[in-house]
Amino acid sequence: MTERTGSTPSQTVGPYLHLGLLWPDGPDVVPAGTPGEIWVRGQVFDGAGAPVVDALVESWQADPDGRFDHPDDPRGARRSTVVGFRGFGRSPTDASGRYALRTVKPGPLPGPDGTVEAPHLNLSVFARGLLHRLVTRLYFPDEPAGNEADPVLASIDPDRRATLVARGAPDGFHFDIHLQGEHETVFFAV
Amino acid sequence: MTETTGRGPTGLVLPTYRPDDDRTHPPLLSPEYGSTVLRAPTRPLVLLPQRLTEITGPLLGAERLGPLDHDLTRQHDGEPLGQRIHVHGRVRDGDGRPVPDTLVEIWQPNASGRYRHAVDNWPAPLDPNFTGVGRVITDADGRYRFVTIQPGAYPWRNHLNAWRPAHIHFSLFGRAFTQRLVTQMYFPGDPLFFQDPIFNSIPDPQARQRLVSRYDHTVSEPEWALGFEFDIVLRGRDSTPFEDGDDDDD
Repeated sequence: MTERTGSTPSQTVGPYLHLGLLWPDGPDVVPAGTPGEIWVRGQVFDGAGAPVVDALVESWQADPDGRFDHPDDPRGARRSTVVGFRGFGRSPTDASGRYALRTVKPGPLPGPDGTVEAPHLNLSVFARGLLHRLVTRLYFPDEPAGNEADPVLASIDPDRRATLVARGAPDGFHFDIHLQGEHETVFFAV
Repeated sequence: MTETTGRGPTGLVLPTYRPDDDRTHPPLLSPEYGSTVLRAPTRPLVLLPQRLTEITGPLLGAERLGPLDHDLTRQHDGEPLGQRIHVHGRVRDGDGRPVPDTLVEIWQPNASGRYRHAVDNWPAPLDPNFTGVGRVITDADGRYRFVTIQPGAYPWRNHLNAWRPAHIHFSLFGRAFTQRLVTQMYFPGDPLFFQDPIFNSIPDPQARQRLVSRYDHTVSEPEWALGFEFDIVLRGRDSTPFEDGDDDDD
C-alpha cells in the first residue's frame, strides 16, 4: 500500500533495565488469590552455567478458555472470564537468576487446518548481552496428548523438544532457560 | 478490513507481520560486545509460525501511568541538573501506519552519565532530583513526548577506554507480541559512535542511523529546553493479498 520503512533496530536492555522495566505487579498475570492460580518459576543460565542475574522474563498467553482480549483475535476480542487476567507478566531475575510469574494455565488454541495448539506461554528474555530479545515457548508437562499433537512442538528436533516443556512444581511449574550449553533452550524467530 | 494472510483457525484469517531485513537487528553473537559471548544462543533460531499468540499482545492502558511519568524533570521536589530536553516522535509500523495507544517506557542516566541503580558505581555524582524513568502512551497518531535531561556518556569495561555514547533506553509493546521492541535512542553528532560495539552491532549502517535522533528546533522551547525528534518504526504487517485477489488497501 504505502511506503515501506525499515524497522528501528533492537538494542540491549543493558545492565540497568530494572530502573525502567520493573512494575510492582509485574509478575502478576492474574491477581493474588485467583482460583486456579499457579506459579511459573525458573532460572536463567548463561553458557558457563552461571545464573543470569540481570535478565527480565516477559510472558504472554491466552486465558483458560483459549481467548485473547485483543481486536486481532479473529474470533473477536473477549474479556477473560478470569477476573483481573492480564495475559502479560514480567519478572526480573534475582541474585540467583530466578524469575517467577503468577498466572493461570492457558487453554488450547485453534491452529491452521484443524490442528490444535497445546496450552503454552510465549516468553521473551531480555538481558545485558542480548542485543535482541530471545523468544521461547513454555508447554505444560500435564498435557501429554496436547503436546504430542502440537504443531510447533512437532516442528522441533525431538532431542530438543524437552527444553520447551516445564516440570511440575509444588505450586505450579518450573521452567529453566539455558541461553547456551548442552541444555540450550529452543529459541524462536517470530 | 485488515490486510491479512495465513489461514487462521477454522478458516479465520490472521494478520501476520513480515520479517525484518536480516541486516536491521544486531546478530545475537556480536563478539565485539563481550557480554554476548556467553549469552547468545549457539543454535539457529527456529521459525515460529505466527498464530493467535503471536499476532496478539498486551494492550496496556493509561492505568500504568502516573501523572508526571512523561516529565522526568518534575518527579522530585527540586530540579535535576543538566540540559532540559524535549524528546518527541511518532511510533509507526513498517507500512507507515501510526501505532496508537502503545506503552512507551524509557530509562536513562543523569546528566553526568550515572544511573540511579545499585549496580552503577562509577564515580560520577548521583542527582537527588533525577530518577531517569518515564512512561507514556502514544496518542491516536502514534505520537509521544517526554521532557527529560540530556543524558551523559559513561565509561564501561567492554574494551580499553570504552564509553557508551549518550543514549536513552526505549521499550515499546506495539500491537502484537511480534512487534515488541527494546532499543536505544542516540543523539546526533555523538563523537563516541565509532568505538561503541552496541551501536555498531547493527549490520546495516542505514539502519543504525535510525537510532540517532534529530535535533528539532521547532520543538526547542525558548529559554527552556532543546528539542529532539525520534521516530520509531515497528514491524510492518504482511501485505500478501487475499486469496480472492482482493487488494485491501486501507
